[in-house]
Amino acid sequence: MLKYDLVVIGGGPAGMAAALKAKECGVKKILILERAETLGGILEQCIHAGFGLHYFGEELTGPEYAYRFIEQVEASDIEVKVDTMVLEIRTGNVVIATNNVDGMLEISATAIILAMGCRERPRGALDIPGSRASGIMTAGTAQKYVNIDGYMPGKKIVILGSGDIGLIMARRMTLEGAKVEMVCELMPFSGGLQRNIVQCLEDMGIPLKLSCTVIQTHGIERLEGVTIANVDENRRPIPGTEQYVECDTLLLSVGLIPENELTRMAGIIIDPITNGAIVDENRQTSRPGIFACGNVLQVHDLVDYVTEESQIAGAGAAAYIANRPRGRNRYVSVSGKDGVRYVVPQNINVSTEQDVKLYFRVADVYRNARIIVESGDKVLFSKKKPKLAPGEMEYVIIKAKDIGELEKKQLVVRLEVPKQ
Amino acid sequence: MTTRDMICVSCPIGCALHVELDDDGKVLSVSGNTCKRGEKYAIDECTNPVRMLTSTVRVNGGSLPVVPVKTSKPIPKGKMFECMKAINNEVVDAPVKLGDVLISDVCDTGADIIATNEV
Amino acid sequence: MQYDVAVIGAGVCGAMITRELSKLNLKIVLLEKCNDVAMGTSKANSAIVHAGFDAEPGSLKAQLNVQGASLMAYYCNKLSVPYKNIGSLVVAYSWDDMKTLDELFERGFANGVPNMEIISQEQLRTMEPYISDEAIGALWAPTAGIVSPYELTVAATENAVLNGARVKRNSGVFDIEFKNDMFSLSTATGVIKAKYVINCAGVFADQIAKMIGDTSFKIIPRKGEYYLLDKNEKKMVNHVLFHCPSKMGKGILITPTAHGNVLMGPTAIDLDFDSKLDLDTTIEGLNIVKNDVRTVIPALSTRNCITSFAGLRAHIAGDNSDFLIAPSKANGHFINVAGIESPGLTAAPAIARYVGNIFHDIAPQYERKESFQTTRPAPIRVNELSDDARRALVEKDKRYGRIICRCEGITEGEIIDAIKAPCGARDVDGVKRRTRAGMGRCQGGFCGSKVVEILARELGEDMNEITKFGNNSNILYERTK
Repeated sequence: MLKYDLVVIGGGPAGMAAALKAKECGVKKILILERAETLGGILEQCIHAGFGLHYFGEELTGPEYAYRFIEQVEASDIEVKVDTMVLEIRTGNVVIATNNVDGMLEISATAIILAMGCRERPRGALDIPGSRASGIMTAGTAQKYVNIDGYMPGKKIVILGSGDIGLIMARRMTLEGAKVEMVCELMPFSGGLQRNIVQCLEDMGIPLKLSCTVIQTHGIERLEGVTIANVDENRRPIPGTEQYVECDTLLLSVGLIPENELTRMAGIIIDPITNGAIVDENRQTSRPGIFACGNVLQVHDLVDYVTEESQIAGAGAAAYIANRPRGRNRYVSVSGKDGVRYVVPQNINVSTEQDVKLYFRVADVYRNARIIVESGDKVLFSKKKPKLAPGEMEYVIIKAKDIGELEKKQLVVRLEVPKQ
Repeated sequence: MTTRDMICVSCPIGCALHVELDDDGKVLSVSGNTCKRGEKYAIDECTNPVRMLTSTVRVNGGSLPVVPVKTSKPIPKGKMFECMKAINNEVVDAPVKLGDVLISDVCDTGADIIATNEV
Repeated sequence: MQYDVAVIGAGVCGAMITRELSKLNLKIVLLEKCNDVAMGTSKANSAIVHAGFDAEPGSLKAQLNVQGASLMAYYCNKLSVPYKNIGSLVVAYSWDDMKTLDELFERGFANGVPNMEIISQEQLRTMEPYISDEAIGALWAPTAGIVSPYELTVAATENAVLNGARVKRNSGVFDIEFKNDMFSLSTATGVIKAKYVINCAGVFADQIAKMIGDTSFKIIPRKGEYYLLDKNEKKMVNHVLFHCPSKMGKGILITPTAHGNVLMGPTAIDLDFDSKLDLDTTIEGLNIVKNDVRTVIPALSTRNCITSFAGLRAHIAGDNSDFLIAPSKANGHFINVAGIESPGLTAAPAIARYVGNIFHDIAPQYERKESFQTTRPAPIRVNELSDDARRALVEKDKRYGRIICRCEGITEGEIIDAIKAPCGARDVDGVKRRTRAGMGRCQGGFCGSKVVEILARELGEDMNEITKFGNNSNILYERTK
């Protein structure tokens, strides 16, 4: 059995930032296990620009953002095993993994950081009736084919879902010579960044159809077309609005799901809204010594925030390794309501010595809504924002001192929306 | 006089901008913005819209068949497809390093095409 | 090429019959119009072994169902196919239903179904804790079970090949001539000559029969739609759960699958004679399944659905149609195996033996060969191995250490095995049916492109020549530059 102070599962932006931070905090033996052939995670195929504006103060492409961390990992004594899949986390923080160099690995770790990222919702989960023709795939799969393998997965394309990957792929496929007929979005607003709507759709002359969905796929072998329809306020197709659109490819960009199979197997408690682990302000999960960060914890909009969160987890794991705390922690529980779908972290140690950034997402598009953080009658934070949207992650900072002084061990983040 | 409506992308608020231009395309006024950045965005978009262009270039003998690339600075929006042609015609030999200039001064834009990863 | 026997259609029946006849000293070919075996009804059905109380006593369906159910364990063991003898429950919601259970019991008894029992609400609750409160009792049939139908087809085909049979894929038959006691079958890959033909063409069996002038039956494609749920719903259902039967069939059922998912369906919609390629799922059909399931297990949620699909049953037009398994009246050397709708999968092992006997009657000149191998070597399933066995395996061949499909934990070694097997996978869906790579919750989102890469490498083709399931189901177009 191999022994490490810290095993990081996942070598994407989250795993690398967490490992580097832990190293900086003095952790000696660190191992990153990455299932792909290289470090970098999904950034390797995100060749577009727009990364790093917050963290590095400059605009980088995905591979460039990843490279800055890969270089640091390579320069450090952090060990890395790529093409390595973790199969299980057993009791006593024993990680079982496999690859085609070492065969089966059994690794004992003092602490573990989960940084497995997320996956795209597939067609099956969407329940679109119709044929099982080829040419229906997630936008991310198409992105890999185009940007890594160098193949076109289609020529005449409809994209369902206006998440950022869908928008990015609309432009990417157009630049490579495909005709992107339209992007259909079920909701009355796009889940993507405004900048992507302008630069990926408007620049390329691609229509964005809001409150519109694909209700049927056609074609027996290769996709030949889709039927689209407008939807009502309950997101149900409106009879009479059906329209046939000829296409050979349907790309899906309809949501991301944190990859928490290992987390669940390990018996860690999952938040039903984020589909990620319930964590404290150090990103420690319900299992002592196991931390989580990045898209496996909550789906982020910007990688810059992933880096930030992962550094918190890295520092948290380092503190755990140094002190081996015992006994139960006393927590303030954090939750969202009135338009706030969730808040991460869900728990804060009463004794926290650092200010805590509460990340959250809202349920709808709100203008001039007030963000309020309160505990019983006590208001800890209150600020009006000109615009809030589900596609953008929000945060507020709560002072450590305020948390220590709370009478009720509960914090609520909510919105006060002006009446129309 | 002509007018143009656009949504500002400088920040997530997304102000709806209304721009008035004279017949030579000179910006006369910008309204609807809530900060200075909106005005600058509107003027840039109306007079000289530029974009970063990213794509891939084919590589011979590398660990992967293509290497991702970007323009070293934003290029005129209207030149994107012309630059794509130049990028698509380029073939380079491995090894390619991050930051390597693969095409210099692509389509007289003053921008280079540079590799954004190793292959 | 000249053969003694040509079997048309590599579904579960065609494959099992080919295997059965490969026990004899003869040259046999299995012709399949698709790029793989099990591409019709055999890949999209309820995947269950019926105990045998549904069919009319005295019918061929009744006889072969009960025989098939008792043979299934043996065959699955010999062929290394996932099979679980979990038993079935027909659930009653009213006293009328309870009366129907009595009738089913009587019928089952007449058909020779062993060990049935009518159980109380309390017993039912113990066996199915999540069952609706409205359920008041059930018919328990312990001989029912679940099986992987396409793996059974693949395994039977592989075993037949091992015993000398040839398989020709992409070889749809479009014309048959009979001259001098010899059939000439015009196929997409050339003319095949054979002394005997066995028609296992599923929903197309009537069209094949027509080629020799046999117009005695017509096949109606009867569509059934299904939902497949994530493995994390596994705890919700322990047995095959049926409604009381109706005219259109056995109604919608809920069952665990042999691999631990939950399957629910099918609907039963008769299509036109010329809609035999229509495998579209429909809003209406899926809604029927969704709503129906709620009445059985209210807590079961289609939110955890990983895919939906449709299959076509080969239903012979007319009332109370039975299996049609007999030499054609138009030509005694041509055996029809037609109308094999439910319980066709269950009956398949018995059908193979039954056809074997018919064949012996019409062609007694062929002797049994001594060298017949009854077993198909078990494919390596890495995630079923103990830690030590797995370690030893990876030590020997590192490719079993490289996981390709994350969701199902399938390794590169297993995928290569599936491609290199006798009658191995040639397309992405073929790899999926043989190994389960891409069957999991991400539905090939991550591993799809890797499987394409491995197929291209192992078959010596370009990635853009690899298809999802043959013909024009290509996945990629040209290179980007």
